[in-house]
Amino acid sequence: MALQDVCGFLDTLDDTGPCTYPPNEMGYMWRTASEFDRDSAFHFLFPPQQCSRKNRVPTLFSSTFSSLSPHQQPFQLSHGTTTLGFIFQDGVIAAADTRASCKGLICCPTSQKIMPIHSHLVVNTSGSGADCMLWERILTREMRLYQLRHRKRLSINGAAKLLSMMLHPFKGTNVCVAATLCGWDGEETRETLNSCMEIAEVKEAVEQDTGVSTISDSALSSVKMASVNEQEILKDAYALNPAVSDQNTKNVLSFGGRSGPRVCYVCSDGLQLKGEIISVGSGSPYAYAVLDDGWRWGMTVDEAVALAREAVFRATHWDAYSGNNVDLFHITAHGWRRRDREDLKEEYYRERERKRKKIKEREKERQKREGDELGEGDIYSVHCG
Amino acid sequence: MMISARAYGDNGKMKEYHYTGPVEHKFSPYAFNGGTVLAVAGEDFALVASDTRLSEGYSIHSRDSPKCYKLTDTTVIGCSGFHGDCLTLTKIIEARLKMYKHSNNKSMTSGAIAAMLSTILYGKRFFPYYVYNIIGGLDEEGRGAVYSFDPVGSYQRDTYKAGGSASAMLQPLLDNQIGFKNMENVEQLPLTLEKAVQLVKDVFISAAERDVYTGDALKICIITKEGIREEIVPLRKD
Repeated sequence: MALQDVCGFLDTLDDTGPCTYPPNEMGYMWRTASEFDRDSAFHFLFPPQQCSRKNRVPTLFSSTFSSLSPHQQPFQLSHGTTTLGFIFQDGVIAAADTRASCKGLICCPTSQKIMPIHSHLVVNTSGSGADCMLWERILTREMRLYQLRHRKRLSINGAAKLLSMMLHPFKGTNVCVAATLCGWDGEETRETLNSCMEIAEVKEAVEQDTGVSTISDSALSSVKMASVNEQEILKDAYALNPAVSDQNTKNVLSFGGRSGPRVCYVCSDGLQLKGEIISVGSGSPYAYAVLDDGWRWGMTVDEAVALAREAVFRATHWDAYSGNNVDLFHITAHGWRRRDREDLKEEYYRERERKRKKIKEREKERQKREGDELGEGDIYSVHCG
Repeated sequence: MMISARAYGDNGKMKEYHYTGPVEHKFSPYAFNGGTVLAVAGEDFALVASDTRLSEGYSIHSRDSPKCYKLTDTTVIGCSGFHGDCLTLTKIIEARLKMYKHSNNKSMTSGAIAAMLSTILYGKRFFPYYVYNIIGGLDEEGRGAVYSFDPVGSYQRDTYKAGGSASAMLQPLLDNQIGFKNMENVEQLPLTLEKAVQLVKDVFISAAERDVYTGDALKICIITKEGIREEIVPLRKD
């Protein structure tokens, strides 16, 4: 089948991992034309082992790789970044800086670290640039194949597991990928979209900072939807039934909500994390500080965007390896939307202006206060005169 | 006589010499041969320029070893780093170009060559080609395109890029002159071919002043829809 050959259908996940090339008649490690055609991304070239291990048969892949003494690479690959992703009541925000550094030199001040995978999923990448580029492409391919085979999109958690499994053979090598998958899970049907519109209006009418109510049976039955989309159900329930209990709501979403916003972190070490706020990179401690302070489940979109922007700005200010611009994506049930790339240099100057104004105002107030106090003191006026 | 790459610091320059005690030298498959490459993309042209010095440690192997290689009528690649890997990599790229031409009956476009090079480089992720590549050419719409790579295949499209030993000196100058970065109240005129060529010559003359691995001569490949033209300009030979 043509598509099967093009995708290397039987090749991809049957591979038990990267393989070494046996020398062929033409010479050492030259690939033949047929091998190029079925270019599975899992065929990597490994250098011959130099020590006295001529006839060693690799049993476990991890032991093979960790015993490979990698040749001293005289160059460094790009690292260092600030990326973040968090969920809130109206979707997911993914933000990142745009600096790609290479051990002290900025290789690229305008790299793109947030890459869309499909209409409802973007991935924030950090770690080595080439690894992230390649693994993001592989993940996109696998997710598209899943969608074609199973006629539904793979969930974010599923995508995280898939990526983690694909990276597992490379554990112990210096592949460095730390990806945050940010997206919206859930089936999209016409009814869902319509009810989203209705609920948006209702939401504006009754918007408050506290969370939404518990699911009650009457609310569920009153909303005729083809799919389980609990965000929408919850909002409608709030309109009908104003008993508020955000604790329950949060539990529902984290322990069993089948759709809604999701953030997942996958690392080439094999670590997988789920949560509400995830930040990765050398600037992440600074970003976490800002996010922890301002994050609320019930934020509006503008508040969330401002919070993400502020977090990246502060991180770029303190972290040497982050900087230049900030990219921001907002993912909702309708898909992802991208905000224009913003140069943080301008923000830095605006901040300085604001500080200067504040200092001036404080000076004025102080002088006024002192002026009032001195109003009666003759001694002082004589002294100044 | 090949000096081990361990004698070099991480930026490719020789480390200071002082005796620290007996040191075990392992065979290193890499060497650093110096050289600088630069590419600029304009509205309807692209330039790829490189110096022609091939050095190793304190010696100069050749004064006439340019680092630009013509791939197709609209694409030129500049490779600097370890000369052995540059030669092999260009051989592999040329072979792949021929295979593509024979099976698809057309030449590869610049974007396609860039994507292919990325996968070739990543195929050797665990024993990389020690080459800094920059591809310059015209895209399908006839506009100039520059693609810059790192040694393991991460790439992106730029307007201008410098690579190689003097890259850290040249890139800020290009940022200022072509990207108009950090300049206030400046009229941003589009870059003409003549101005770009003059800029590249000036930039390499400056690089040759301060970088020991850059010098001897400068070769500029100018890619326009009429074809590829070459210019050779002498540089400092000391």
